[in-house]
Amino acid sequence: MSGEMPIPASVPDRHAPPLGGFNLTFLAIEIRRLLRNRRTVVVTVIVPVILFLLLRQNRRLATVGATEITAVTTMIGIAVYGAMLAATSGGAMVSIERAQGWSRQLRLTPLRPAAYVSIKIIVAMMLGLASVVVVYAAGAINGVQMDPVVWVATGLLAWGASLVFASFGLFMGYLLPSENVMQVIGPVLAIFALFGGLFVPLTLLPDVMQQIAPIMPTYGVASIARYPFVGGDFDPTWLLSVIVWTLAFAAAAVFLFQRDTRRG
Amino acid sequence: MPPEHGSAAAIELHDVHRSFGTVRAVDGIDLHLEIGEIAALLGPNGAGKTTTIDMILGLGRPDQGTVSVLGMGPGDAIGRGLVAAVLQTGGLLKDLTVRETVRLTASIYADPRPVDEVLERAGIGHLADRLVGKCSGGEQQRLRFALALLPDPILMALDEPTAGMDVEGRRDFWSAIRRDAERGRTVLFATHYLEEADAYADRIILLRQGRIVADGTASEVRNLSSGRSVRASLSGADEAMLSRLPGVRAVEIRGDRVIIQTMDSDAVARYLLTSTAARDVEIVARNLEDAFLALTSDDGPVAATDRAAVGDAA
Repeated sequence: MSGEMPIPASVPDRHAPPLGGFNLTFLAIEIRRLLRNRRTVVVTVIVPVILFLLLRQNRRLATVGATEITAVTTMIGIAVYGAMLAATSGGAMVSIERAQGWSRQLRLTPLRPAAYVSIKIIVAMMLGLASVVVVYAAGAINGVQMDPVVWVATGLLAWGASLVFASFGLFMGYLLPSENVMQVIGPVLAIFALFGGLFVPLTLLPDVMQQIAPIMPTYGVASIARYPFVGGDFDPTWLLSVIVWTLAFAAAAVFLFQRDTRRG
Repeated sequence: MPPEHGSAAAIELHDVHRSFGTVRAVDGIDLHLEIGEIAALLGPNGAGKTTTIDMILGLGRPDQGTVSVLGMGPGDAIGRGLVAAVLQTGGLLKDLTVRETVRLTASIYADPRPVDEVLERAGIGHLADRLVGKCSGGEQQRLRFALALLPDPILMALDEPTAGMDVEGRRDFWSAIRRDAERGRTVLFATHYLEEADAYADRIILLRQGRIVADGTASEVRNLSSGRSVRASLSGADEAMLSRLPGVRAVEIRGDRVIIQTMDSDAVARYLLTSTAARDVEIVARNLEDAFLALTSDDGPVAATDRAAVGDAA
């Protein structure tokens, strides 16, 4: 055996991997791993669909006449919720990896932190995309009708919510111990969703909630996602909300990540 | 090959210190390890073994002193796949299979060895499709070893690699390491098992309270066990006087108790009984275990006379 892998007596000129170790094999295995986690997939893909079907049912009973409009805005709101739930869960997987010591194992490889975080965000967004597609399919089956361009535009914008919340998931993943990360995140996301008007149109909510809504991290993304369908004036504060929250979550995640992996 | 790296030492530590709060985990270590050496960092828990290995791997930075690995910084050496490690604490993902874990890690390196090759070398080819969570501690440790083989590193660092393994797992693990080391890999492993250091290392570096208290080939360290230990109760012992007696290699004073390591126990005993007020004189034959315990025990300050320099290992 000794001839197969001779070990040089002096230091060979080797190089670090390109892109800090980012590669498609890593990504593919991570996605397969995510799909193997049935609980996460069920919670993030099936729950929004059930929620949509329930809310749509209620709305039809409650406000005959405006049914189709509320059905569409509810569908988009739920798609945003699904995207954020999926992306947060995906991002929060780092907490399990930290608990299992995998982050430390990875530090023995050439993988750069930026490459690791990029892979985590992409995986989280893939799950977010699946959630949006499934909610939209449920909407289409249940008679939601829109211009094809509006389907695609609102869908893509709803999916954009997952970028904001992938950062939130990473932030939570580095903040909380793994055993209760989802128990904390679930209710927090539900509050974000409710106060941001994802489940029920804001106009139907009490005044206090309507006043709180604009500061919620969900408010901007949901308003932007609905815009191609609702039309009217585009409020620049929506965009501001998205930018500020994304930066805030990302900064918090980066801060905790550096504290976690600092060499020394 | 860049000329500045061609003749570099595998590891070069110079006056390295590192503290955690008030605990001086590593308290001034100088270490030079040549490429091709197989060395054990031997010491009890808390001697500074893990802290030292962490600094060699760039997982921790010294408060003072310099760490150079293969002529470069630890992070650089890891980035180029020149150094790999098997750690006590490095975790694995339970929901991946053994092969997936190796494939995933292989994908990070610029030019890894084939997945099947490292699985075979680590002796876990037959476990490739098993979920990591279903593998025993010993099997998981051989998987970590397989991951460490991927970059075909020049230097392999192992931190208490067999902690918590059963006898069979330990034997299988070391036979995999030994087969690998026979091909010329530089290996530095930390252990608190004397037998492991004795059986697998060419050189033993004894650590105690963050300092190197002995450093030599395995046979030189074994020679520390020859001779006898003379113990007696003696208040106000004259350490310098005792050190000058023929055959004495170390004098340790713990309160009223003196412990003298010597090649001539008769001379020491005669002196103690005739020229001092010593009582309760005991003469004990020392084995390797005693040498280890005497050199590494934590219940006393590291005195100059404790330091048993047993020659230059390089």
